[in-house]
Amino acid sequence: MPIHEKSLIRPENLVEHEELVIDGVDVSGHWSTFIKPRTIFDYNEAMQDEIAALPGGENIHRCWQCGSCTNACTVNAVNPEFNPRYWIYLIRLGMEEELLRDKDILWQCVSCNKCTYACPRDVVPEAVMKATAHWMELKGHTPKSNSTHFDEEFASQVIATGKIEESRVIRGFFRKTGQPLNQPWLAALITGLVRRFPLGYLMRMGWATVFRPKTRGWSASRRAIREYVHEREAENRKALGLDATGGH
Amino acid sequence: MDGGDLKKVAYYPGCALEGTGHAYNRSTKEVGKKLGLDLVELKDWNCCGAMEVKNIDPKIQTYLSARNLTIAEEMGFDKVMAPCNGCYHNLKKAEYDLAHDEKSVEVNARLSQKAGHKTYEAGKVETIHALDWIKKAVGEEELARRVQNSLNGLKVANYYGCMYTRPRHIFPEKDKGPGSESTSKPHFMDDLLAAAGAQNVEFPLKTACCGGAHSLSDSDTSTKLVLNILETAEACGAEVIATECPTCHTGLEMHQVRAEKVLGRKTNVKILYFTQLLGMALGLSAKKVGVQENLSDPRDLLRQKGLG
Repeated sequence: MPIHEKSLIRPENLVEHEELVIDGVDVSGHWSTFIKPRTIFDYNEAMQDEIAALPGGENIHRCWQCGSCTNACTVNAVNPEFNPRYWIYLIRLGMEEELLRDKDILWQCVSCNKCTYACPRDVVPEAVMKATAHWMELKGHTPKSNSTHFDEEFASQVIATGKIEESRVIRGFFRKTGQPLNQPWLAALITGLVRRFPLGYLMRMGWATVFRPKTRGWSASRRAIREYVHEREAENRKALGLDATGGH
Repeated sequence: MDGGDLKKVAYYPGCALEGTGHAYNRSTKEVGKKLGLDLVELKDWNCCGAMEVKNIDPKIQTYLSARNLTIAEEMGFDKVMAPCNGCYHNLKKAEYDLAHDEKSVEVNARLSQKAGHKTYEAGKVETIHALDWIKKAVGEEELARRVQNSLNGLKVANYYGCMYTRPRHIFPEKDKGPGSESTSKPHFMDDLLAAAGAQNVEFPLKTACCGGAHSLSDSDTSTKLVLNILETAEACGAEVIATECPTCHTGLEMHQVRAEKVLGRKTNVKILYFTQLLGMALGLSAKKVGVQENLSDPRDLLRQKGLG
């Protein structure tokens, strides 16, 4: 029998002989197609607990696999491989190797919260996606994603001064990710802005890049937040069985 | 929320309104002035953490918002108005978490004590959006009476984005029947702009996502999402997309340019803050509401409609 749902099976698991005769019967081509049997031994039994221990992953155990999240997902509509329901399934079963196949796209969740809106079980899939992406990075399965670089640049400025200054965040992000600032579309955007914004305002923006906007009386908050961040980072690493020295 | 106590509210502009969202800040203040509403800016406010700080740790984000709510309380306000969806969402989320999650309460108390200020307790200050503010403090009927320069049937697609309605549980006042905002089919912006003379088009992507969180870190995805919004708005007959969030607004403008430069797909729909449209309807000049700052230059269209 030809296999009609080939798209559901990975090509490397499909075997087909161009020329094959068995017991005098010609089964060349798709008549000889079969799917390699698969036995899984290497479950990662700690994976669900580890992801649940990271901020946002707490409710993963509540999922009953209805698929509302994937059905509502913004990124899934752009890329069908982006499948929160499936990833939650893999995590709960401990199928790490399968999950790692998607490690390079998992960080792409845009936090639109459509999944969280649709979820009947309060899993908060958006936060689970963030926890899982965080887990991938802490475990060393992926380098820091662009999204993480952006978050870190942004957060470090908020923590330092209480406010952000957009152009400083953007410059810092492009520097960290090694992207050139002179991309044609970005240049068109910047010239567009310079042409339209009032001169006095542009001068103020320029001023702000030198003298950063600050929240008055912020220093005690900065110390308190930094202390908390360090503590949390150590706790997160410990929950994943990593030594405490690494981290951001 | 009754109209009376909304005549004077605390104002939390947030970082974006001091940067790329300048025209939103300016037009919001001008519209307020024109309608006789008072905004008192929060003293020494801090960033709400936008969509980034929560990914470092969500409880820091709760603290950042709680500190702002404390400032509002100490200034004697029980309402704070945030025109930015990100700020609005985060203040609402902090309010919800501090009312329902013990751990959030504990971390907020600890950070507030170390920072040397009062710890915010849930229930003291209500956060409202610029849409709530104008809708509840003035309302469509009064607004229609004050229109000096009708939007004259300008075809508008109202775009609300993600953070104004999702997730539902942090907006306890929404989905409460007639008069309340809907999280599945929001209409406050539609109501206000209709009162100002706009013709709202049937637009199915009111609460679609523009990919704002990854505008720069995953530009290709954002460009696809934005292009879909722009092309759908045009297909629905819209001349203008009205926005109520600086991240959405900047995202739409930026990726409109990027879609043209990178994908060769040009769209002509103009993107304006709803406060810019309301301001012009109330008789303010296009310049006064900062229209010259919009990248998708709407000035020719506005002149055609007698709004320039």
